[in-house]
Amino acid sequence: MYTAKIYVTYKPSIVDPQGEVIQAALQRMNYQGISSVTQGKYFEVNLAAPNVAAAKNEVANFTDALLINQNTETYRFELVSTDDEVQA
Amino acid sequence: MKAAVITFPGSNCDLDLFHALADLDFEPTVVSAQTTDLSNYDAIFLPGGFSYGDYLRSGAIARFAPVMAAVSQAAADGKIVVGICNGFQILTEAGLLPGQLFGNEQPGFICDEVDLLIDNSNTTYTNAYADSRIKIPIAHGEGNYYVDSATLAEMEANHQIVFRYADNPNGSVANIAGVMNLAGNVFGMMPHPERAVDAITGNTDGHPFFKSILQTLGMAVGRK
Amino acid sequence: MTTSRLKELTPQQILDSKLYLQWGLTEEEYQLIVTELDRLPNFTETGIFSGMWSEHVSYKKSKAVLRKFWSQNERVLQGPGEGAGILDIGDHQAVVFKAESHNHPSFVEPYEGAATGVGGILRDIFSMGAQPIAVLDSLRFGELNNAHTKHLVDGVVAGIAGYGNAIGIPTVGGEMAFDDVYAGNPLVNVMAVGLMDQATMQVGQAKGVGNAIIYVGAKTGRDGMNGASFASAEFSSQEKADRAAVQVGDPFLEKLVMDTTLMAIRDHADIIVGIQDMGAAGLLSSSAEMADKAGMGIELNLDLVPQRETGMIPYELMLSESQERMLLVVKAGQESKILDLFRENNLDAQMIGTVTDNGRYVLNFQDKVVADLPLRFLTHPLEPKLAEQKPKRLENFIKSQYQPDVSDLTATIKQLIGQTTIASKASLFRHFDSMVRADTVIKPGGDASLVRIRGTKKALAMTTDVNGRYLYLDPKKGGQMAVAEAARNIVATGALPIGITDCLNFGSPDNPEVYYELNQAVAGINSMAKLLNTPVISGNVSLYNETDGQPIYPTPMIGMVGLLADVEQALTIGFKKASDLIYLVGATKDSFTGTEIQKMQTGKITGQLFDFNAEDELAAQKLVLQANQAGYLASAHDLAEGGLAVALLEASFTGHLGFKIQTQLPAKYLFSETPSRFIVTVPASCQSAFEALAGKQAQYLGTVVDSDDLQLETSEEIVHLSRAELQKIYQESITWQLKD
Repeated sequence: MYTAKIYVTYKPSIVDPQGEVIQAALQRMNYQGISSVTQGKYFEVNLAAPNVAAAKNEVANFTDALLINQNTETYRFELVSTDDEVQA
Repeated sequence: MKAAVITFPGSNCDLDLFHALADLDFEPTVVSAQTTDLSNYDAIFLPGGFSYGDYLRSGAIARFAPVMAAVSQAAADGKIVVGICNGFQILTEAGLLPGQLFGNEQPGFICDEVDLLIDNSNTTYTNAYADSRIKIPIAHGEGNYYVDSATLAEMEANHQIVFRYADNPNGSVANIAGVMNLAGNVFGMMPHPERAVDAITGNTDGHPFFKSILQTLGMAVGRK
Repeated sequence: MTTSRLKELTPQQILDSKLYLQWGLTEEEYQLIVTELDRLPNFTETGIFSGMWSEHVSYKKSKAVLRKFWSQNERVLQGPGEGAGILDIGDHQAVVFKAESHNHPSFVEPYEGAATGVGGILRDIFSMGAQPIAVLDSLRFGELNNAHTKHLVDGVVAGIAGYGNAIGIPTVGGEMAFDDVYAGNPLVNVMAVGLMDQATMQVGQAKGVGNAIIYVGAKTGRDGMNGASFASAEFSSQEKADRAAVQVGDPFLEKLVMDTTLMAIRDHADIIVGIQDMGAAGLLSSSAEMADKAGMGIELNLDLVPQRETGMIPYELMLSESQERMLLVVKAGQESKILDLFRENNLDAQMIGTVTDNGRYVLNFQDKVVADLPLRFLTHPLEPKLAEQKPKRLENFIKSQYQPDVSDLTATIKQLIGQTTIASKASLFRHFDSMVRADTVIKPGGDASLVRIRGTKKALAMTTDVNGRYLYLDPKKGGQMAVAEAARNIVATGALPIGITDCLNFGSPDNPEVYYELNQAVAGINSMAKLLNTPVISGNVSLYNETDGQPIYPTPMIGMVGLLADVEQALTIGFKKASDLIYLVGATKDSFTGTEIQKMQTGKITGQLFDFNAEDELAAQKLVLQANQAGYLASAHDLAEGGLAVALLEASFTGHLGFKIQTQLPAKYLFSETPSRFIVTVPASCQSAFEALAGKQAQYLGTVVDSDDLQLETSEEIVHLSRAELQKIYQESITWQLKD
């Protein structure tokens, strides 16, 4: 078993109005050092796959198909094997 | 003219659209998103609402509903496919129309009546309008239309922009409120013409929208 | 598998630790339970009593007052005691409505608190078999001068929008006011209105031995557990940090539950015996109340309850307030039709028990009986006798009316029009979808909202109203005036008031002064309701709205519905065309104590409230209704906070027209809040007919003009005001105050 931790954000060229509103609020609250805020989405998907390469392939496929809109969003992910935990 | 109004789980303007179509002499049927055959219908309407809760992204889940293969087929066959509000979002997610609808520039849902400018009066959706400026209700939190500049230039050149906001309420690029595909048979808009077909609720500017579609298909229009 | 964080104490440990006190039961109540059961209650049973005997569920402290409400007339099909009340509106149709408060949850978590408030009241409506057609919100917050209040306003507005817009029921109206007394106790009252064919009427009853108890909707989790009843000793600090006391709503799921429930009622009315929403105290109160109303017993198998979390114990399963859940009673042997229908729509549906005839409330869990209680006893807690005492402030008030300083009329108007109570709330209401369903005739911003009934000529008018300041100065008169003003709102649309729901928002009833206010307010509401023939058919009580011993103003929100026979006769507040004649219906008196101008000029509300005359009220309403039916009126607007000045300006702003007014009164009377008044406009062609009908009841004020200029002539001076300038203040004031 694997757990994929997938982080979706807008592509750099896309305006992120929610991120901008949050940034403005933080600056109003006197958090001086903040230069930018990006709001994104985070997914945790548990999946079975024969090996790491197959799991990576699967994650990339379903993320492209559903989790992101390829016009405007991009993503990165981490893959963790959960087999150790299952046995413990 | 037989019209299908597709109801997805979470659609909430399906009946409003049904009534508008019925009152304007279409023969509408509300059709479940489980349906896989739309071959009996001359026009397909995707209504407003929050399909599948609009979870993930507006329209992103609906785009994989069983009915969408038939919607794509109808579009490919040249039938009229109209998406209003959430229906527009579904059509962009499905790739049947260019672009994407983002959260409003000023985050939050807006319900209002806004002025639209008819950018192309020679379309299936606008040919019955006498005026080039109309008032149509909007009700959305994610109506901020985005398309990259190259695609926008193509769309402008091909007169695919049908409606623009007179006073942009949501941050849409080029003030876009409604667009069609290159062939002109697939159309989407954020404003709700089906809420503007009855004098008693204060606005009839949506009436010519539906009349245009009927007229295009060579049918007479008249109120029952 | 996770296990419950709650440790189930033994009956003896409960006795020794006095856990029941922490759960809100009194010593007397606990002893009564022990005596009745002839044994110590176990952990689950103690939790059951704490839930069922809470004020929120049992109304034990307010029942004596609520019984006084007048709730029967020729229209009433269902009075108080069910999910919502029902009135006959002819053509075999009925209107269903109720209001509910979600004050405390909205203070703790404004978005979810408000959202689930909308969800809960909608379930009350569709559980009766009615299609919800409209929602209204009555909101009270502290002044907009601090970040926390702004956070509450933003969250509550977003929560109502997030839920109501998604489920597709229009938010057609309501009202909002701001006062420091609500800073620690904001009020979030939601009213919902539904429409039904009388044939599909349902009630929440569990009749018929052997009939199935069916659970439908969302799964049960630990969310919404009554946070207050958890003793901190039972939790480690880490566990405390992540327990969830506030419910989270899912409007998408609720839409599926609503549509499927209404479909079940339409297609299977013959096999559905009863339906009830799982609201406060969740599965517990819904199952116990349904069995009690039918005089039956009930037996549930808790292992069958659909669960979202693992390791839940009976106490949690019974008291969870997870949202979007319903309980149905279905005829024995017919269960599968209902189960299949809900499952086809991707909803959980499970038969979890049966109706019995032994009058017992029995719960089984993991092959053991975990509760076995006499049902009638469980649903009828002691009603404590509460002391009442007239608040001292009422004795000490100065008798003479406050006299405002209006030495500069223009400046006073400019200042008044920007006050939060007066200024336009459109910038907040525009977040609500007021038009979905395409039946909204009068949108937010009118005196009352109006929703047409498709396929008929009829329309339903609806409003929420109350001015807590008036009740603070005189709870009884204030109660009368709240009903009177709600009725004026309805009448100003041309509709006939037909019924009332309420949310009685008060401080602690254990405080004799608060209990006096509650009694007096109800007496006032009742007397006016009878005069108007508007029975009180449903309602809700929210007590303990106080911070550091300082209660809110007594705020009994009145939700009223009216019936307009012909929607073409609908009246709106805005001026319609130049040269229409403007009349004031009702006399203007020396009524300044408790008014907006007193608050604005002195910063507080104090003194003896001005007079209210019920006969004048009825006469004014009758005149407006008659004049409209005769076709004499172009517009109508009721006078409220800010008096004649504000009413004229609102009619002018809405109609985008100016006015030229002349009155013999001194300028300060423009701000008098004498009740029982309207402004109406009359086309010149109807002048003599209207004047003949109105006689001395209406006073000619002037005309509508097609200009930006607003001319006001009093006995003292003539002023010219700019409509554009005032309208900008009126429309933008709230937005400015919400920023930074």
